[in-house]
Amino acid sequence: MANSCTFRIVLAMILALLASLPAFAVNPDEVLSNPVLEQRARNLSAQLRCMVCQNQSIDDSNAELARDLRVLVRERLTNGDTDDQVVDYVVSRYGEFVLLKPRLSAKTVILWATPVLLLLVGAIAILVFVRTRPSQRAVAALTAEEQARIEELLKK
Amino acid sequence: MIIEIGHYALVLALATALILSVLPVIGARRGDAAMMALAPTGSLVLFALVTLSFGALTWAYVVSDFSVANVWENSHSLMPLIYKYSGVWGNHEGSMLLWLLILVFFSALVAVFGGNLPDTLRANVLAVQAWISTAFLLFILLTSNPFLRLDPAPAEGQDLNPVLQDFGLAVHPPLLYLGYVGFSVCFSFAVAALIEGRIDAAWARWVRPWTLAAWTFLTAGIAMGSYWAYYELGWGGWWFWDPVENASFMPWLAGTALLHSALVMEKREALKIWTVLLAIMTFSLSLLGTFLVRSGVLTSVHSFATDPTRGIFILCILAIFIGGAFVLFAWRAPMLKAGGIFAPISREGALVLNNLILTVATATVLTGTLYPLILETLTGEKISVGAPFFNMTFGLLMLPLLVAVPFGPVLAWKRGDLLGALQRLWVFAGLSLFAGLAFFYIQNGGPVLAIFGLALGFWGMIGALADLWYRGNFAKVGFSVGVKRLIGLPRSVFGTAIAHFGLGVTVLGIFAATTFGTETVVEMKQGASVDVGGYSLTYDGLRDAVGPNYTESRGHFAVSRGGVEVADVWSSKRLYTARRMPTTEAGILTFGLSQLYVSLGDAMEGGGMVVRIWWKPFILCIWGGALVMMAGGFVSLSDRRLRVGAPSRKAKPVKARLEAAE
Repeated sequence: MANSCTFRIVLAMILALLASLPAFAVNPDEVLSNPVLEQRARNLSAQLRCMVCQNQSIDDSNAELARDLRVLVRERLTNGDTDDQVVDYVVSRYGEFVLLKPRLSAKTVILWATPVLLLLVGAIAILVFVRTRPSQRAVAALTAEEQARIEELLKK
Repeated sequence: MIIEIGHYALVLALATALILSVLPVIGARRGDAAMMALAPTGSLVLFALVTLSFGALTWAYVVSDFSVANVWENSHSLMPLIYKYSGVWGNHEGSMLLWLLILVFFSALVAVFGGNLPDTLRANVLAVQAWISTAFLLFILLTSNPFLRLDPAPAEGQDLNPVLQDFGLAVHPPLLYLGYVGFSVCFSFAVAALIEGRIDAAWARWVRPWTLAAWTFLTAGIAMGSYWAYYELGWGGWWFWDPVENASFMPWLAGTALLHSALVMEKREALKIWTVLLAIMTFSLSLLGTFLVRSGVLTSVHSFATDPTRGIFILCILAIFIGGAFVLFAWRAPMLKAGGIFAPISREGALVLNNLILTVATATVLTGTLYPLILETLTGEKISVGAPFFNMTFGLLMLPLLVAVPFGPVLAWKRGDLLGALQRLWVFAGLSLFAGLAFFYIQNGGPVLAIFGLALGFWGMIGALADLWYRGNFAKVGFSVGVKRLIGLPRSVFGTAIAHFGLGVTVLGIFAATTFGTETVVEMKQGASVDVGGYSLTYDGLRDAVGPNYTESRGHFAVSRGGVEVADVWSSKRLYTARRMPTTEAGILTFGLSQLYVSLGDAMEGGGMVVRIWWKPFILCIWGGALVMMAGGFVSLSDRRLRVGAPSRKAKPVKARLEAAE
């Protein structure tokens, strides 16, 4: 397997036949001298996908393309871009696919809404359940026979 | 010859499974004791046949019989013996056979320990297990047969994927499958209950030990996989939100919810219908996970086409079992009587909150995992959903749950009167803490989440201890009486406390390792030193070495603290000769709960080496916490009242009367 790209498989039960090559991210020559900028670069890199890898950020990948992107991010930051500007720039060049956390848009609305809606619907369902049940059920008083049986059991 | 016996045993197993699928169900309908009695015997026969088949494949691996295609593809005569054993499931066909073996193993366990189940329930449960066995036997025989021969037989095998040549492979898949597949028993119990149209607290009692056992193994399997990825992949990550990881994590989340809802059902007879639904969903997620991993659909939409039969076959199994179970549920669930009532602030209330959050978390992981796939299939648009998405959504969901965990066990069943005042105070204490952190953040922009997370970890641990403290009533009765009281408590109480304590430990580890960890990337020449996490590492150059089936360059580092050498560590880059495949073997040094993680990068011009060194403080808490959770599971399993198949017979008549009372 010639490797311009590193396939990263996570071992959890995969047993797949893909090769996993050692992954090497940021190299010493890429690191910016300004630690604040470098930290911002790292944070941004973790949000951007290595386009030729599987589910791997450019921060983790040793692919050529990931390296190019890391350098690009650092260049933009050094030129004074804000984090958002850098992300916008990368997206304009590579598309939304590059974002590991997709933006809220028409096509991702279900993705983002699922947790919120489910939580709301679930909470409301539980509230309704808890509030309506007692009134229906509390009235079901014991019959005389059951009362006698309980007393008998309690005496034991 | 032995291979053919193994193959034949599998075919016989299919015939047995088919008989088991039909006759006991008819027997249960007609009340025919002889037909129902077929179920336990048949399940044991099925287990014996699949074991024989698995044994035959193992034998082929151990003696390196390269006339078997599967062995030729995944083994090598020079491979160390332990990997010849574990290599049996280090490939698609073998791992499916392991899946099946564990499935019929659980059926056999139900047959053996299910002596005190009602005959009809046992017959139905084992029949449903047999349906699943039949499906997977057909899958193996028709699309993934490990017993195919090669003629002429090659002289040497192609070796096992080097990443899999690790102790992790020997332990991780069996543990994971014991968990994954263990949930099949809960599924079968749920379907059997739906078929019979009858369900009560005794049912929950029978199901809970199986859930607990499966959950315990799954916890161990996931933790083991995470640690394996951590040390093997070479860059110190331990959880990647990779689809394959999510596939095993979803049944764990749903299983955790099931464990808690079954508790409510057993103790209070509430949440019956929900518990049945959860039991179905948990195993459905196990099946879905199997499909996602085995069909290759996750790697890319296109790799699905590389082996369409397998993917489509599992998809059919998935559709039949999940679809069938849900149809059955929709049809029969309304017949099940709903049970007990409770106030919102009560043990049940807390467990319902647990279920709500865990279910939403499961759904979030599920959507995140499948969304890119579905979107691309429907619209052709590609998006990525990765770690940042999951960290944010899943993390936000877990925060309230982790805050709530210690409250649950100290609340009373039905109505949490006594502790009401205290709870209200705690809520305000929590709000104050939150306000304080918010204030700190506005002023400092500092690591608020980290402080909060660390506090959450301690909260989980201290909360678990507080539970025991209150139960022993130490404050009132003094130490010695308190201890006596504790000893008198059922073991499941300790199981809960231990598991919740473990959860706290894991949370603490996660936040401590991410907050205080450091990463150092440097180019080092021989003799150079670098300071990391209070230790000084001196690079001592590369040495070449030869292993049984690989060659490697090993970098040596001397580790000192305060000028005194305390340890040394080797970190290497290997090349596996058969597949010409390079791997890294990180050097890991453990100091207490913390680790130094040294990984070699590329060689630079001029003799330097890129070296990555991570200081991972308290990282072992992450997996240690999982081990503690597992210990909690086992302690709870050893509870007399919960022992597999040991629900007291006395419970039933009382039960019947209670039902009459409704």
